[in-house]
Amino acid sequence: MKRKAGFWAPLFFVGPAVAFLLVYQVYPALQTAVYSFMDRRSEHFVGLDNYKYVFTSATMVRAFKNNLLWVVFFTAGTVGLGLLLAILVDRVKYESLAKSVIFMPMAVSFVGAGVVWKFMYNYRPPGSEQIGLLNQILVALGFEPVGWLIESPINNFALIVVGLWIWTGYCMVILSAAYKGIPKELLEAGQVDGARDLQLFWHIIVPEMRPALSVVVTTMLVNVLKIFDIIYVMTNGNYGTEVIANRMYKEMFQFANTGRASAIAVVLFLIIIPIMYYNIRTKLKGEER
Amino acid sequence: MNGAKLRRTLPRLVVNAAVIFAMVIWIVPTLGLFITSFRPASEVTSSGWWTVLSSPLKFTQFTLENYRTVLATGGMSTAFRNSFIITIAGTVVPVFVAALAAFGLSKLHFGGRGFFYGLIVMMLVVPTQMTFIPVLRLYNKLSLSGTFTGLTLVHTGYGLPFAVFMLHSFFDALPDELFEAAYIDGASIWMTFVRLAVPLSVPAIASLVIFQFLFVWNDLLVALIYLGGHESVAPLTMRLSSLVGSYGQSWHLLTAAAFVSMFVPLVVFFSLQKYFVRGILGGAVKG
Repeated sequence: MKRKAGFWAPLFFVGPAVAFLLVYQVYPALQTAVYSFMDRRSEHFVGLDNYKYVFTSATMVRAFKNNLLWVVFFTAGTVGLGLLLAILVDRVKYESLAKSVIFMPMAVSFVGAGVVWKFMYNYRPPGSEQIGLLNQILVALGFEPVGWLIESPINNFALIVVGLWIWTGYCMVILSAAYKGIPKELLEAGQVDGARDLQLFWHIIVPEMRPALSVVVTTMLVNVLKIFDIIYVMTNGNYGTEVIANRMYKEMFQFANTGRASAIAVVLFLIIIPIMYYNIRTKLKGEER
Repeated sequence: MNGAKLRRTLPRLVVNAAVIFAMVIWIVPTLGLFITSFRPASEVTSSGWWTVLSSPLKFTQFTLENYRTVLATGGMSTAFRNSFIITIAGTVVPVFVAALAAFGLSKLHFGGRGFFYGLIVMMLVVPTQMTFIPVLRLYNKLSLSGTFTGLTLVHTGYGLPFAVFMLHSFFDALPDELFEAAYIDGASIWMTFVRLAVPLSVPAIASLVIFQFLFVWNDLLVALIYLGGHESVAPLTMRLSSLVGSYGQSWHLLTAAAFVSMFVPLVVFFSLQKYFVRGILGGAVKG
Protein backbone atom coordinates (compact mmCIF):
# COMPACT_ATOMS: atom_id res chain seq x y z
CA MET A 1 0.00 0.00 0.00
CA LYS A 2 2.55 2.53 -1.08
CA ARG A 3 0.15 5.13 -2.53
CA LYS A 4 -1.21 7.97 -0.44
CA ALA A 5 -4.47 7.32 1.37
CA GLY A 6 -5.87 10.77 0.68
CA PHE A 7 -7.63 12.91 3.27
CA TRP A 8 -10.96 11.32 4.15
CA ALA A 9 -9.87 7.78 4.95
CA PRO A 10 -7.27 8.78 7.58
CA LEU A 11 -9.77 11.25 9.03
CA PHE A 12 -12.39 8.53 9.34
CA PHE A 13 -10.06 5.95 10.89
CA VAL A 14 -7.75 8.04 13.06
CA GLY A 15 -9.90 11.13 13.62
CA PRO A 16 -12.16 9.76 16.37
CA ALA A 17 -9.23 8.52 18.48
CA VAL A 18 -7.39 11.81 18.14
CA ALA A 19 -10.55 13.74 19.06
CA PHE A 20 -11.00 11.59 22.17
CA LEU A 21 -7.40 12.13 23.19
CA LEU A 22 -7.62 15.88 22.73
CA VAL A 23 -10.74 16.11 24.88
CA TYR A 24 -9.84 13.54 27.55
CA GLN A 25 -6.06 13.79 27.79
CA VAL A 26 -4.34 16.74 26.13
CA TYR A 27 -6.73 19.55 27.00
CA PRO A 28 -7.43 18.48 30.62
CA ALA A 29 -3.74 17.81 31.36
CA LEU A 30 -2.82 21.34 30.23
CA GLN A 31 -5.78 22.83 32.08
CA THR A 32 -4.83 21.00 35.30
CA ALA A 33 -1.33 22.43 35.04
CA VAL A 34 -2.85 25.93 34.88
CA TYR A 35 -5.26 25.24 37.75
CA SER A 36 -2.35 24.19 39.93
CA PHE A 37 -1.23 27.83 40.05
CA MET A 38 -4.70 29.11 40.93
CA ASP A 39 -6.83 29.29 44.08
CA ARG A 40 -9.39 26.74 45.25
CA ARG A 41 -12.03 27.93 42.80
CA SER A 42 -9.61 28.61 39.93
CA GLU A 43 -10.41 32.32 40.01
CA HIS A 44 -7.10 33.99 40.86
CA PHE A 45 -3.47 33.08 40.37
CA VAL A 46 -1.70 32.34 43.60
CA GLY A 47 1.81 31.63 42.34
CA LEU A 48 3.46 28.66 43.96
CA ASP A 49 1.22 28.52 47.05
CA ASN A 50 -0.31 25.16 46.15
CA TYR A 51 3.09 23.61 45.54
CA LYS A 52 4.31 25.02 48.83
CA TYR A 53 1.40 23.22 50.46
CA VAL A 54 2.13 20.00 48.61
CA PHE A 55 5.76 19.89 49.71
CA THR A 56 5.61 21.34 53.21
CA SER A 57 2.27 20.64 54.91
CA ALA A 58 2.33 17.89 57.53
CA THR A 59 -0.49 15.93 55.85
CA MET A 60 1.22 15.90 52.48
CA VAL A 61 4.62 15.03 53.91
CA ARG A 62 2.93 12.15 55.69
CA ALA A 63 1.35 11.01 52.41
CA PHE A 64 4.70 11.19 50.62
CA LYS A 65 6.38 9.18 53.36
CA ASN A 66 3.69 6.51 53.22
CA ASN A 67 3.88 6.38 49.45
CA LEU A 68 7.64 5.99 49.67
CA LEU A 69 7.11 3.04 52.01
CA TRP A 70 4.76 1.60 49.39
CA VAL A 71 7.24 2.27 46.58
CA VAL A 72 10.01 0.39 48.34
CA PHE A 73 8.15 -2.58 49.81
CA PHE A 74 5.44 -3.01 47.20
CA THR A 75 7.81 -2.86 44.23
CA ALA A 76 10.50 -5.03 45.80
CA GLY A 77 7.84 -7.44 47.08
CA THR A 78 5.81 -7.90 43.90
CA VAL A 79 8.84 -8.18 41.61
CA GLY A 80 10.93 -10.27 44.03
CA LEU A 81 8.11 -12.67 44.87
CA GLY A 82 6.95 -12.74 41.26
CA LEU A 83 10.43 -13.72 40.07
CA LEU A 84 10.87 -16.32 42.79
CA LEU A 85 7.47 -17.86 42.02
CA ALA A 86 8.11 -17.76 38.27
CA ILE A 87 11.23 -19.86 38.79
CA LEU A 88 9.65 -22.17 41.36
CA VAL A 89 6.42 -22.97 39.46
CA ASP A 90 8.52 -23.89 36.43
CA ARG A 91 9.71 -26.91 38.39
CA VAL A 92 6.41 -28.39 39.55
CA LYS A 93 3.98 -30.56 37.59
CA TYR A 94 0.89 -28.50 38.51
CA GLU A 95 2.43 -25.29 37.11
CA SER A 96 -0.68 -23.95 35.34
CA LEU A 97 -2.90 -24.57 38.37
CA ALA A 98 -0.44 -22.80 40.69
CA LYS A 99 -0.21 -19.87 38.29
CA SER A 100 -4.01 -19.58 37.98
CA VAL A 101 -4.40 -19.49 41.74
CA ILE A 102 -1.75 -16.84 42.31
CA PHE A 103 -2.88 -14.79 39.32
CA MET A 104 -6.57 -14.93 40.31
CA PRO A 105 -6.70 -11.71 42.43
CA MET A 106 -5.85 -9.73 39.28
CA ALA A 107 -9.32 -10.59 38.00
CA VAL A 108 -11.28 -9.26 40.97
CA SER A 109 -11.58 -5.61 41.90
CA PHE A 110 -9.33 -3.98 44.45
CA VAL A 111 -12.51 -3.18 46.33
CA GLY A 112 -13.35 -6.89 46.47
CA ALA A 113 -9.80 -7.75 47.51
CA GLY A 114 -10.02 -4.99 50.12
CA VAL A 115 -13.10 -6.60 51.67
CA VAL A 116 -11.42 -10.03 51.56
CA TRP A 117 -8.47 -8.72 53.54
CA LYS A 118 -10.41 -6.46 55.85
CA PHE A 119 -12.06 -9.65 57.00
CA MET A 120 -8.69 -11.42 57.34
CA TYR A 121 -7.45 -8.52 59.49
CA ASN A 122 -10.59 -8.36 61.64
CA TYR A 123 -9.74 -7.44 65.22
CA ARG A 124 -11.60 -8.06 68.44
CA PRO A 125 -10.35 -7.20 71.92
CA PRO A 126 -8.32 -9.89 73.75
CA GLY A 127 -10.53 -12.48 75.43
CA SER A 128 -13.36 -12.44 72.89
CA GLU A 129 -13.67 -14.93 70.06
CA GLN A 130 -11.61 -13.82 67.03
CA ILE A 131 -13.29 -14.07 63.61
CA GLY A 132 -10.32 -12.72 61.63
CA LEU A 133 -7.96 -15.52 60.65
CA LEU A 134 -4.72 -13.67 61.35
CA ASN A 135 -5.67 -12.74 64.88
CA GLN A 136 -6.99 -16.25 65.50
CA ILE A 137 -3.56 -17.60 64.54
CA LEU A 138 -1.85 -15.12 66.86
CA VAL A 139 -4.17 -16.00 69.75
CA ALA A 140 -3.72 -19.73 69.14
CA LEU A 141 0.04 -19.22 69.37
CA GLY A 142 -0.40 -17.41 72.68
CA PHE A 143 -0.01 -13.79 71.52
CA GLU A 144 -2.34 -10.82 71.92
CA PRO A 145 -4.53 -9.96 68.90
CA VAL A 146 -3.31 -7.00 66.80
CA GLY A 147 -5.36 -4.12 65.38
CA TRP A 148 -3.79 -4.58 61.96
CA LEU A 149 -5.52 -1.67 60.27
CA ILE A 150 -5.48 0.73 63.23
CA GLU A 151 -2.00 0.55 64.72
CA SER A 152 0.60 2.65 62.96
CA PRO A 153 2.99 1.83 61.31
CA ILE A 154 1.86 -1.79 61.15
CA ASN A 155 -1.28 -0.77 59.22
CA ASN A 156 0.76 0.55 56.30
CA PHE A 157 2.46 -2.80 55.97
CA ALA A 158 -0.87 -4.60 56.35
CA LEU A 159 -2.16 -2.59 53.37
CA ILE A 160 1.00 -3.23 51.36
CA VAL A 161 0.48 -6.99 51.90
CA VAL A 162 -2.92 -6.65 50.21
CA GLY A 163 -1.19 -4.93 47.28
CA LEU A 164 1.33 -7.77 47.08
CA TRP A 165 -1.46 -10.34 47.14
CA ILE A 166 -3.11 -8.63 44.17
CA TRP A 167 -0.11 -7.82 41.96
CA THR A 168 2.46 -10.58 42.54
CA GLY A 169 0.60 -12.87 40.11
CA TYR A 170 0.87 -10.26 37.35
CA CYS A 171 4.65 -10.02 37.81
CA MET A 172 4.91 -13.80 37.98
CA VAL A 173 3.07 -14.32 34.68
CA ILE A 174 5.27 -11.87 32.76
CA LEU A 175 8.51 -13.01 34.37
CA SER A 176 7.59 -16.65 33.86
CA ALA A 177 7.22 -16.07 30.11
CA ALA A 178 10.61 -14.35 30.05
CA TYR A 179 12.21 -17.11 32.12
CA LYS A 180 11.03 -19.76 29.71
CA GLY A 181 12.56 -17.69 26.92
CA ILE A 182 16.09 -18.07 28.29
CA PRO A 183 18.00 -20.42 25.96
CA LYS A 184 18.33 -23.79 27.66
CA GLU A 185 21.92 -24.19 26.50
CA LEU A 186 22.88 -21.07 28.41
CA LEU A 187 21.64 -22.50 31.70
CA GLU A 188 23.19 -25.89 31.01
CA ALA A 189 26.51 -24.32 30.07
CA GLY A 190 26.44 -22.46 33.35
CA GLN A 191 25.86 -25.67 35.22
CA VAL A 192 28.62 -27.49 33.40
CA ASP A 193 30.94 -24.70 34.46
CA GLY A 194 29.96 -25.59 38.00
CA ALA A 195 27.85 -22.53 38.76
CA ARG A 196 25.57 -23.03 41.75
CA ASP A 197 21.93 -21.96 41.82
CA LEU A 198 22.64 -18.52 43.23
CA GLN A 199 25.44 -17.80 40.78
CA LEU A 200 23.27 -19.05 37.94
CA PHE A 201 20.55 -16.73 39.19
CA TRP A 202 22.63 -13.56 39.35
CA HIS A 203 24.93 -14.14 36.38
CA ILE A 204 22.62 -15.76 33.83
CA ILE A 205 18.93 -15.62 34.80
CA VAL A 206 18.74 -11.98 35.90
CA PRO A 207 20.78 -10.48 33.01
CA GLU A 208 18.85 -12.56 30.46
CA MET A 209 15.53 -11.37 31.89
CA ARG A 210 16.50 -7.72 32.07
CA PRO A 211 13.98 -6.31 29.55
CA ALA A 212 11.08 -8.13 31.22
CA LEU A 213 12.32 -7.14 34.67
CA SER A 214 12.57 -3.47 33.79
CA VAL A 215 9.07 -3.45 32.29
CA VAL A 216 7.68 -5.15 35.41
CA VAL A 217 9.55 -2.84 37.80
CA THR A 218 8.45 0.31 36.01
CA THR A 219 4.85 -0.90 35.72
CA MET A 220 4.77 -1.62 39.44
CA LEU A 221 6.31 1.78 40.23
CA VAL A 222 3.61 3.57 38.26
CA ASN A 223 0.92 1.43 39.89
CA VAL A 224 2.15 2.10 43.37
CA LEU A 225 2.40 5.85 42.81
CA LYS A 226 -1.25 5.87 41.75
CA ILE A 227 -2.43 3.39 44.39
CA PHE A 228 -5.86 4.43 45.64
CA ASP A 229 -8.59 1.79 45.89
CA ILE A 230 -7.03 -0.42 48.56
CA ILE A 231 -6.57 2.47 50.97
CA TYR A 232 -9.89 4.08 50.12
CA VAL A 233 -11.77 0.88 50.98
CA MET A 234 -9.77 -0.41 53.93
CA THR A 235 -8.88 2.66 56.01
CA ASN A 236 -9.91 5.66 53.88
CA GLY A 237 -6.52 7.12 54.76
CA ASN A 238 -7.25 7.18 58.50
CA TYR A 239 -4.78 6.15 61.23
CA GLY A 240 -1.85 7.58 59.25
CA THR A 241 -2.22 5.52 56.07
CA GLU A 242 -2.88 8.23 53.50
CA VAL A 243 -1.01 8.23 50.15
CA ILE A 244 -0.74 10.79 47.33
CA ALA A 245 -3.70 9.66 45.20
CA ASN A 246 -6.05 9.51 48.21
CA ARG A 247 -4.88 12.95 49.27
CA MET A 248 -5.78 14.32 45.85
CA TYR A 249 -9.25 12.74 45.98
CA LYS A 250 -9.87 14.35 49.39
CA GLU A 251 -8.65 17.76 48.29
CA MET A 252 -10.95 17.50 45.30
CA PHE A 253 -14.18 16.36 46.95
CA GLN A 254 -13.90 16.75 50.70
CA PHE A 255 -12.19 20.14 50.71
CA ALA A 256 -13.22 21.32 47.22
CA ASN A 257 -9.76 22.80 46.70
CA THR A 258 -9.09 22.61 42.97
CA GLY A 259 -5.74 24.37 43.23
CA ARG A 260 -4.24 21.94 45.70
CA ALA A 261 -5.74 18.87 44.04
CA SER A 262 -4.30 20.02 40.69
CA ALA A 263 -0.86 20.64 42.19
CA ILE A 264 -0.86 17.10 43.63
CA ALA A 265 -1.79 15.72 40.20
CA VAL A 266 1.02 17.68 38.54
CA VAL A 267 3.59 16.44 41.06
CA LEU A 268 2.37 12.86 40.51
CA PHE A 269 2.66 13.39 36.75
CA LEU A 270 6.21 14.71 37.01
CA ILE A 271 7.28 11.73 39.12
CA ILE A 272 5.68 9.29 36.69
CA ILE A 273 7.05 10.76 33.41
CA PRO A 274 10.61 9.40 33.60
CA ILE A 275 9.40 5.99 34.76
CA MET A 276 6.85 5.67 31.96
CA TYR A 277 9.36 6.98 29.43
CA TYR A 278 11.73 4.19 30.37
CA ASN A 279 8.88 1.66 30.38
CA ILE A 280 7.66 2.55 26.89
CA ARG A 281 11.17 2.73 25.49
CA THR A 282 11.87 -0.80 26.72
CA LYS A 283 8.61 -2.05 25.21
CA LEU A 284 9.29 -0.44 21.83
CA LYS A 285 12.80 -1.89 21.79
CA GLY A 286 11.30 -5.30 22.52
CA GLU A 287 9.04 -4.88 19.52
CA GLU A 288 11.89 -4.12 17.15
CA ARG A 289 13.72 -7.32 17.97
CA MET B 1 11.93 -27.39 31.28
CA ASN B 2 14.74 -25.23 32.49
CA GLY B 3 14.55 -26.70 35.94
CA ALA B 4 15.39 -30.25 34.92
CA LYS B 5 18.95 -30.07 36.08
CA LEU B 6 18.59 -27.47 38.78
CA ARG B 7 16.71 -29.95 40.94
CA ARG B 8 20.04 -31.44 41.82
CA THR B 9 20.89 -28.45 44.00
CA LEU B 10 17.40 -27.40 45.12
CA PRO B 11 15.52 -30.44 46.41
CA ARG B 12 12.15 -31.16 44.89
CA LEU B 13 10.56 -31.28 48.34
CA VAL B 14 11.55 -27.68 49.13
CA VAL B 15 10.26 -26.43 45.77
CA ASN B 16 6.92 -28.21 46.18
CA ALA B 17 6.50 -27.03 49.77
CA ALA B 18 7.17 -23.42 48.75
CA VAL B 19 4.74 -23.50 45.82
CA ILE B 20 2.00 -25.16 47.85
CA PHE B 21 2.51 -22.70 50.69
CA ALA B 22 2.11 -19.83 48.21
CA MET B 23 -1.05 -21.40 46.79
CA VAL B 24 -2.53 -21.70 50.28
CA ILE B 25 -1.81 -18.02 50.99
CA TRP B 26 -3.55 -17.07 47.76
CA ILE B 27 -6.58 -19.32 48.26
CA VAL B 28 -7.37 -19.04 51.97
CA PRO B 29 -8.47 -15.37 52.15
CA THR B 30 -10.93 -15.80 49.28
CA LEU B 31 -12.14 -19.12 50.67
CA GLY B 32 -12.84 -17.46 54.02
CA LEU B 33 -14.91 -14.80 52.29
CA PHE B 34 -16.79 -17.39 50.27
CA ILE B 35 -17.65 -19.58 53.27
CA THR B 36 -18.67 -16.64 55.44
CA SER B 37 -21.08 -15.37 52.81
CA PHE B 38 -23.17 -18.55 53.29
CA ARG B 39 -23.23 -18.51 57.12
CA PRO B 40 -26.04 -17.02 59.24
CA ALA B 41 -25.28 -13.71 60.96
CA SER B 42 -25.33 -15.16 64.47
CA GLU B 43 -22.70 -17.74 63.63
CA VAL B 44 -20.48 -15.35 61.71
CA THR B 45 -20.13 -13.15 64.79
CA SER B 46 -19.72 -15.97 67.30
CA SER B 47 -17.19 -18.22 65.58
CA GLY B 48 -14.53 -18.04 62.88
CA TRP B 49 -15.34 -19.36 59.39
CA TRP B 50 -12.67 -22.06 59.73
CA THR B 51 -14.77 -23.84 62.37
CA VAL B 52 -17.00 -24.92 59.47
CA LEU B 53 -14.15 -27.03 58.12
CA SER B 54 -14.60 -29.58 60.91
CA SER B 55 -17.99 -30.57 59.47
CA PRO B 56 -18.08 -29.19 55.92
CA LEU B 57 -20.92 -31.46 54.79
CA LYS B 58 -23.44 -30.30 57.38
CA PHE B 59 -25.42 -28.23 54.89
CA THR B 60 -27.92 -26.97 57.46
CA GLN B 61 -25.27 -24.55 58.74
CA PHE B 62 -25.34 -22.70 55.42
CA THR B 63 -27.92 -20.22 54.15
CA LEU B 64 -28.65 -18.11 51.08
CA GLU B 65 -30.29 -15.44 53.23
CA ASN B 66 -27.28 -13.07 53.02
CA TYR B 67 -27.41 -13.03 49.24
CA ARG B 68 -31.17 -12.45 49.32
CA THR B 69 -30.63 -9.48 51.65
CA VAL B 70 -27.83 -7.77 49.73
CA LEU B 71 -29.58 -8.21 46.38
CA ALA B 72 -32.96 -7.02 47.64
CA THR B 73 -32.19 -4.28 50.14
CA GLY B 74 -28.48 -3.66 49.70
CA GLY B 75 -28.91 -2.28 46.19
CA MET B 76 -26.57 -4.90 44.78
CA SER B 77 -28.98 -5.99 42.03
CA THR B 78 -29.27 -2.47 40.61
CA ALA B 79 -25.51 -2.11 40.90
CA PHE B 80 -25.08 -5.41 39.10
CA ARG B 81 -27.18 -4.17 36.20
CA ASN B 82 -25.28 -0.85 36.17
CA SER B 83 -21.94 -2.63 36.11
CA PHE B 84 -23.06 -4.61 33.08
CA ILE B 85 -24.20 -1.54 31.16
CA ILE B 86 -21.07 0.44 32.03
CA THR B 87 -18.70 -2.41 31.30
CA ILE B 88 -20.20 -3.46 27.97
CA ALA B 89 -20.36 0.10 26.66
CA GLY B 90 -16.99 0.92 28.22
CA THR B 91 -15.45 -2.04 26.38
CA VAL B 92 -17.14 -1.98 22.96
CA VAL B 93 -16.69 1.72 22.25
CA PRO B 94 -12.98 2.07 23.13
CA VAL B 95 -12.01 -1.18 21.40
CA PHE B 96 -13.86 -0.13 18.24
CA VAL B 97 -12.35 3.37 18.19
CA ALA B 98 -8.90 1.95 18.94
CA ALA B 99 -9.16 -0.67 16.20
CA LEU B 100 -10.02 2.03 13.64
CA ALA B 101 -7.12 4.19 14.75
CA ALA B 102 -4.60 1.37 14.97
CA PHE B 103 -5.58 0.23 11.47
CA GLY B 104 -5.31 3.74 10.05
CA LEU B 105 -1.96 4.36 11.70
CA SER B 106 -0.57 1.03 10.59
CA LYS B 107 -1.98 0.49 7.11
CA LEU B 108 -2.82 3.91 5.63
CA HIS B 109 -0.13 6.18 4.29
CA PHE B 110 -0.71 9.81 5.08
CA GLY B 111 1.27 12.80 6.22
CA GLY B 112 1.68 13.10 9.98
CA ARG B 113 0.83 9.52 10.84
CA GLY B 114 4.08 9.16 12.76
CA PHE B 115 3.16 12.28 14.68
CA PHE B 116 -0.30 11.00 15.57
CA TYR B 117 0.99 7.61 16.64
CA GLY B 118 3.61 9.36 18.79
CA LEU B 119 0.93 11.56 20.31
CA ILE B 120 -1.21 8.57 21.25
CA VAL B 121 1.69 6.61 22.75
CA MET B 122 2.80 9.73 24.61
CA MET B 123 -0.57 9.84 26.35
CA LEU B 124 0.39 6.60 28.13
CA VAL B 125 2.49 8.69 30.51
CA VAL B 126 -0.40 10.91 31.61
CA PRO B 127 -1.91 9.63 34.87
CA THR B 128 -5.71 9.89 34.83
CA GLN B 129 -5.41 12.12 37.89
CA MET B 130 -4.12 14.87 35.60
CA THR B 131 -7.47 14.96 33.80
CA PHE B 132 -10.14 14.60 36.50
CA ILE B 133 -10.85 18.21 37.36
CA PRO B 134 -11.16 19.78 33.89
CA VAL B 135 -13.15 16.85 32.50
CA LEU B 136 -15.46 16.86 35.51
CA ARG B 137 -16.07 20.60 35.07
CA LEU B 138 -16.79 20.06 31.41
CA TYR B 139 -19.19 17.26 32.35
CA ASN B 140 -21.00 19.40 34.88
CA LYS B 141 -21.54 22.05 32.22
CA LEU B 142 -22.81 19.50 29.70
CA SER B 143 -24.85 17.54 32.31
CA LEU B 144 -22.81 14.44 31.52
CA SER B 145 -21.72 13.65 35.08
CA GLY B 146 -23.76 10.88 36.63
CA THR B 147 -24.68 9.41 33.24
CA PHE B 148 -23.72 6.15 31.54
CA THR B 149 -22.92 8.06 28.34
CA GLY B 150 -20.47 10.29 30.16
CA LEU B 151 -18.75 7.36 31.83
CA THR B 152 -18.53 5.39 28.56
CA LEU B 153 -16.86 8.33 26.84
CA VAL B 154 -14.42 8.73 29.74
CA HIS B 155 -13.46 5.05 29.65
CA THR B 156 -12.93 5.42 25.91
CA GLY B 157 -10.66 8.43 26.37
CA TYR B 158 -8.67 6.73 29.13
CA GLY B 159 -8.45 3.27 27.58
CA LEU B 160 -7.45 4.39 24.08
CA PRO B 161 -3.68 4.91 24.38
CA PHE B 162 -3.05 1.38 25.63
CA ALA B 163 -5.56 -0.17 23.23
CA VAL B 164 -4.11 1.60 20.18
CA PHE B 165 -0.57 0.74 21.28
CA MET B 166 -1.46 -2.94 21.58
CA LEU B 167 -3.49 -3.29 18.37
CA HIS B 168 -1.04 -1.20 16.35
CA SER B 169 1.79 -3.62 17.01
CA PHE B 170 -0.49 -6.45 15.93
CA PHE B 171 -1.67 -4.79 12.70
CA ASP B 172 1.93 -3.89 11.89
CA ALA B 173 2.77 -7.59 11.82
CA LEU B 174 0.19 -8.24 9.08
CA PRO B 175 1.92 -8.13 5.66
CA ASP B 176 1.19 -5.01 3.56
CA GLU B 177 1.06 -7.12 0.38
CA LEU B 178 -2.14 -8.74 1.62
CA PHE B 179 -3.92 -5.38 1.67
CA GLU B 180 -2.33 -4.27 -1.59
CA ALA B 181 -3.71 -7.39 -3.27
CA ALA B 182 -7.18 -6.69 -1.90
CA TYR B 183 -7.09 -3.16 -3.35
CA ILE B 184 -6.09 -4.43 -6.73
CA ASP B 185 -9.12 -6.71 -6.56
CA GLY B 186 -11.20 -3.61 -5.99
CA ALA B 187 -11.84 -3.75 -2.25
CA SER B 188 -12.40 -0.45 -0.45
CA ILE B 189 -10.32 0.55 2.57
CA TRP B 190 -13.31 -0.13 4.81
CA MET B 191 -13.67 -3.62 3.32
CA THR B 192 -10.03 -4.46 3.96
CA PHE B 193 -10.53 -3.35 7.55
CA VAL B 194 -13.70 -5.36 8.15
CA ARG B 195 -12.90 -8.42 6.02
CA LEU B 196 -9.12 -8.67 6.46
CA ALA B 197 -7.64 -6.76 9.37
CA VAL B 198 -10.31 -7.53 11.97
CA PRO B 199 -10.75 -11.27 11.27
CA LEU B 200 -6.97 -11.74 11.20
CA SER B 201 -6.53 -10.08 14.56
CA VAL B 202 -9.29 -11.84 16.48
CA PRO B 203 -6.81 -13.15 19.11
CA ALA B 204 -5.41 -9.67 19.76
CA ILE B 205 -8.87 -8.09 19.84
CA ALA B 206 -10.15 -10.83 22.16
CA SER B 207 -7.27 -10.19 24.56
CA LEU B 208 -7.92 -6.49 24.50
CA VAL B 209 -11.67 -6.96 25.05
CA ILE B 210 -11.12 -9.16 28.11
CA PHE B 211 -8.51 -6.78 29.43
CA GLN B 212 -10.72 -3.74 29.05
CA PHE B 213 -13.78 -5.64 30.33
CA LEU B 214 -12.05 -6.58 33.59
CA PHE B 215 -10.52 -3.14 33.89
CA VAL B 216 -13.84 -1.32 33.60
CA TRP B 217 -15.75 -3.88 35.69
CA ASN B 218 -13.22 -3.48 38.51
CA ASP B 219 -12.77 0.27 38.26
CA LEU B 220 -13.66 2.30 41.32
CA LEU B 221 -11.87 5.64 40.99
CA VAL B 222 -13.21 6.75 37.60
CA ALA B 223 -16.76 5.84 38.66
CA LEU B 224 -16.34 7.72 41.95
CA ILE B 225 -15.16 10.84 40.15
CA TYR B 226 -17.74 11.00 37.37
CA LEU B 227 -20.77 9.33 38.95
CA GLY B 228 -20.29 11.10 42.28
CA GLY B 229 -23.30 10.86 44.53
CA HIS B 230 -25.61 9.35 41.90
CA GLU B 231 -26.34 6.03 43.64
CA SER B 232 -28.88 4.96 41.01
CA VAL B 233 -26.13 4.58 38.39
CA ALA B 234 -23.39 3.30 40.73
CA PRO B 235 -21.57 0.12 39.62
CA LEU B 236 -20.80 -2.79 41.99
CA THR B 237 -17.40 -1.49 43.09
CA MET B 238 -18.90 1.82 44.20
CA ARG B 239 -21.86 0.18 45.90
CA LEU B 240 -19.63 -2.31 47.67
CA SER B 241 -17.28 0.36 48.94
CA SER B 242 -20.16 2.34 50.39
CA LEU B 243 -21.53 -0.84 52.01
CA VAL B 244 -18.15 -1.24 53.73
CA GLY B 245 -19.07 1.97 55.51
CA SER B 246 -22.75 1.31 56.17
CA TYR B 247 -22.62 -2.43 56.99
CA GLY B 248 -19.54 -1.98 59.17
CA GLN B 249 -19.20 -5.20 61.11
CA SER B 250 -22.08 -7.07 59.42
CA TRP B 251 -19.64 -9.47 57.83
CA HIS B 252 -22.29 -11.96 56.68
CA LEU B 253 -23.67 -9.24 54.37
CA LEU B 254 -20.36 -7.66 53.34
CA THR B 255 -18.89 -10.99 52.30
CA ALA B 256 -21.98 -11.84 50.24
CA ALA B 257 -21.91 -8.41 48.58
CA ALA B 258 -18.19 -8.78 47.84
CA PHE B 259 -18.77 -12.16 46.27
CA VAL B 260 -21.56 -10.80 44.08
CA SER B 261 -19.09 -8.24 42.73
CA MET B 262 -16.38 -10.87 42.18
CA PHE B 263 -18.55 -13.48 40.48
CA VAL B 264 -18.50 -12.17 36.90
CA PRO B 265 -14.77 -11.37 36.72
CA LEU B 266 -13.93 -14.77 38.20
CA VAL B 267 -16.05 -16.55 35.56
CA VAL B 268 -14.47 -14.46 32.80
CA PHE B 269 -11.01 -15.05 34.20
CA PHE B 270 -11.23 -18.81 34.56
CA SER B 271 -12.96 -19.39 31.22
CA LEU B 272 -10.84 -17.01 29.15
CA GLN B 273 -7.57 -16.99 31.08
CA LYS B 274 -5.49 -17.79 28.00
CA TYR B 275 -6.58 -14.59 26.23
CA PHE B 276 -6.17 -12.53 29.36
CA VAL B 277 -2.61 -13.72 29.87
CA ARG B 278 -1.84 -13.14 26.20
CA GLY B 279 -3.17 -9.61 26.51
CA ILE B 280 -0.98 -8.92 29.50
CA LEU B 281 2.07 -10.31 27.77
CA GLY B 282 1.24 -8.39 24.59
CA GLY B 283 1.01 -5.18 26.58
CA ALA B 284 4.18 -5.82 28.56
CA VAL B 285 6.80 -7.55 26.47
CA LYS B 286 6.56 -9.52 23.30
CA GLY B 287 5.95 -13.02 24.64
